[in-house]
Amino acid sequence: MAKQKKRKTLNDSADWNFDLLEQYQVEIERVAKHYRLDTYVNQIEVITTEQMMDAYASVGMPIGYNHWTFGKKFIQTEQTYKRGRMGLAYEIVINSNPCIAYLMEENTLPMQALVMAHACYGHNSFFKNNYLFKSWTDADSIIDYLLFAKNYIAKCESKYGIDEVEATLDACHALMNHGVDRYKRPQKLSLDEELKRQKDREEYLESQVNTLWRTLPKNPDKNDEKPPSFPSEPQENILYFIEKNAPLLKSWQREIVRIVRKVSQYFYPQKQTQVMNEGWACFWHYTILNHLYDEGLVTDKFMLEFLHNHTNVVAQPEYNSPYYSGINPYALGFNMFTDLRRICEYPTDEDKKWFPDIAGSNWLDTLHFAMETFKDESFISQYLSPKLMRDLKLFNINDNEDNNFVEIAAIHNEQGYQQIRSILSSQYNLSNLEVNIQVINVDINGDRSLTLRYIPQNEVPLGKSKDEVLKHLHYLWQFDVKLVQADEQGKDMIIAACSNKTENSN
Amino acid sequence: MTNFIDRRLNGKNKSMVNRQRFLRRYKSQIKKSLAEAINKRGVTDVSSGENITIPKKDLSEPFFHQGDGGNKNKIHPGNDQFTTGDRIPRPKKQQGQGGGDSEASDSGEGDEDFVFSISKDEYLNLLFEDLELPNLERNQLDKLIEYKTVRTGYCADGVPANIDIVKSLQGSISRRIAMTSSKRKELKKLQEKLILLQQDKIDRFSEITALEKQITELKDKIANVPFIDTFDLRFRNYAKQAIPTSKAVMFCLMDVSGSMDQATKDIAKRFYILLYLFLTRTYKKIDVVYIRHHTQAKEVDEQEFFYSQETGGTIASSALELMTKIIDERYNASDWNIYGAQASDGDNWADDSPKCEELLRKKILPVARYFSYIEITQRAHQTLWHKYTEVAESNSHFSMRHIKTVDDIYPVFRDLFKKNTTVSA
Repeated sequence: MAKQKKRKTLNDSADWNFDLLEQYQVEIERVAKHYRLDTYVNQIEVITTEQMMDAYASVGMPIGYNHWTFGKKFIQTEQTYKRGRMGLAYEIVINSNPCIAYLMEENTLPMQALVMAHACYGHNSFFKNNYLFKSWTDADSIIDYLLFAKNYIAKCESKYGIDEVEATLDACHALMNHGVDRYKRPQKLSLDEELKRQKDREEYLESQVNTLWRTLPKNPDKNDEKPPSFPSEPQENILYFIEKNAPLLKSWQREIVRIVRKVSQYFYPQKQTQVMNEGWACFWHYTILNHLYDEGLVTDKFMLEFLHNHTNVVAQPEYNSPYYSGINPYALGFNMFTDLRRICEYPTDEDKKWFPDIAGSNWLDTLHFAMETFKDESFISQYLSPKLMRDLKLFNINDNEDNNFVEIAAIHNEQGYQQIRSILSSQYNLSNLEVNIQVINVDINGDRSLTLRYIPQNEVPLGKSKDEVLKHLHYLWQFDVKLVQADEQGKDMIIAACSNKTENSN
Repeated sequence: MTNFIDRRLNGKNKSMVNRQRFLRRYKSQIKKSLAEAINKRGVTDVSSGENITIPKKDLSEPFFHQGDGGNKNKIHPGNDQFTTGDRIPRPKKQQGQGGGDSEASDSGEGDEDFVFSISKDEYLNLLFEDLELPNLERNQLDKLIEYKTVRTGYCADGVPANIDIVKSLQGSISRRIAMTSSKRKELKKLQEKLILLQQDKIDRFSEITALEKQITELKDKIANVPFIDTFDLRFRNYAKQAIPTSKAVMFCLMDVSGSMDQATKDIAKRFYILLYLFLTRTYKKIDVVYIRHHTQAKEVDEQEFFYSQETGGTIASSALELMTKIIDERYNASDWNIYGAQASDGDNWADDSPKCEELLRKKILPVARYFSYIEITQRAHQTLWHKYTEVAESNSHFSMRHIKTVDDIYPVFRDLFKKNTTVSA
């Protein structure tokens, strides 16, 4: 440590330039290595506010196909930003290899340092090492794939007309959350393969579908046998089911369904690791910059500005605050990782009882292990400590439709810890957030109608938008579509339907 | 390994296409919103952007989601007063579902409208989309000739202003080369001969002097070839080319008499402002003649037409008369596409209406491409309207509309100028 004392402190002025960024980058990288953060190569791009709003509109995708919803998003962002209702994020980082991070031109130098530590080393290492990202996304090929998608859709637009393509995309977007096989890991995406296979797929798919709908009975002898139901098992990946089985879709439409499905799959890990991902990044920008401060490389002035921003980001307003809008994932995640380090370094008796395996262990090993092996749901149920529940004063409200009151079901005390932890964990369980709808039957020999079943969680009914979504599904399937839900006796009742007769053109 | 890239100079309008897509999709709603907005504008405020309002439900991107009800458990931070088992009456409205759009909207899906602004260009484009001047004709070549001057190569004479220096000097160089080349060859020969003679051991003085004399003469001859000659001069040539034309003139006739109250005048002005914007935006070369009248008609400029006030009785024919006079003086019907738009509250001196009808029938309609009349009134129609109805029945390029309130202006305007319209009365 003595030799580092000799280092000159880094410039702490507000204005940045590329030389200074480079200097900070080198130091941050050195410290990140010291903490064994394993990252993709960084590509740091400096952009303007306008460009940041562009990036917002395309959900952070550097290359997006064209669609009106992105235009709407852009207009909304622009409006709220110009009215001063919202600040823009300081950075956006993309799960790709090299890992692209956008820094806003307007940030001050300390902010740029914070953002580099946060995005280029925090998020980046998370993308590279978390099991969900490893198995669900392919950082090497995502940019290529997005480019392929953009070009393909542009080509379709000029070939088949903007309206047709738009309607298909609208329908796919409505079902975007139902485009992932949760229990099957996807194949890796690769541009070359995509292109190579796309042509074959077009033809192959047509033939597949034709077989399915062949009207001539294959084997007249077995006519009396009850026809097997199709699909043989319920399918939760509705988009995949459509792509493979919708009878009248054109091949280019199938390809578009596939594109939306793949993009949705790319964002699938992101949805499940928000708390961890942000928590990890916050923990590291905090730790790295403090490390630099301890080495005497950054000044007090720098630290004050940094801490000011840091505390803003990880603030958790209380339930009765006007700023309260649910639990802040940055706050929860940051506090959990910090707490985890504390449990390793300075365990109390309580920690020893609750976390016998990690209390007193090497904190860095433990944190890396946690980051690599969990998603939000399991991370919380594994590591949310009683101390943190007390610090955040967490409590559980039960809101049962049958009562005319809401009840405090548990608070941050000895009796409530387990319950709070399990409920908070389930709050991040994707299957509790997204509705469970499965394709259960297609009437192959009859009117080709498609039946889906809604399986409610905690008796929560399906929201009002179901009729609208069904219209979109009908657009893709092009025959009658029914949505059923089992009643108390277990009998399926139709809760929404869209048939050819009632079809509303969109 | 880290790369820094400065992207700030990259195009910023990455989302422009998406914005266009958005406008395209909601064109009908946007137009509806525009039609409402145009009437709320101040008369002077003609060409700024506009705020567009679209009901939020039209913009929804539906997806399956959980509804209200059921048995829900949620964790909140910051407990300051509760213990297990406390019961609290349920708040009237559900506290959203966490991921609501904004904190302000208390119901799951806000009912507030989606408001955004469009630029001036987008505004005007939408405002006048699919509108055109009816019956606009490109006058035939033989009928009306308008000339355009075009360059047509070079010629040997012209005015000094048209001298093409490069061409002329090129001519001069080539002429000089042509005129001196044989002499230069000869000169070269003589010079070689001279050198031979000088080197000769025998004295050939007389021969040398003769040769030298020859050489000087030749040199003089070469020098005497003029650097530039009138023969070299080249002039840019211009020719007049006849081109078809679509010159148009619009006559705006407005009643400003005492019977026109402020509100009516306001409506008329709004109509004309719309017309003016439409014309100036769509047609580069178009003359607009403003005529206002009470008992007498007067040609005025744009400013006066829209913003000054008058009172008095009404004799509508005075304006029509002035219009015919101006047509005779300045706008030959074979050269010009003539349009007229008249606005009035229908009040006219009863004996004057037949005169108006006659003027229209005999003088104006035969030369005009299109004439529209709008009557702005809440009352029953009077003589002018009835007389004009007769005109409209027999003339397809005359049309009349009735405007009751401000809200009618834009629809009527669109109706009058919509593309490929077969004009009906």
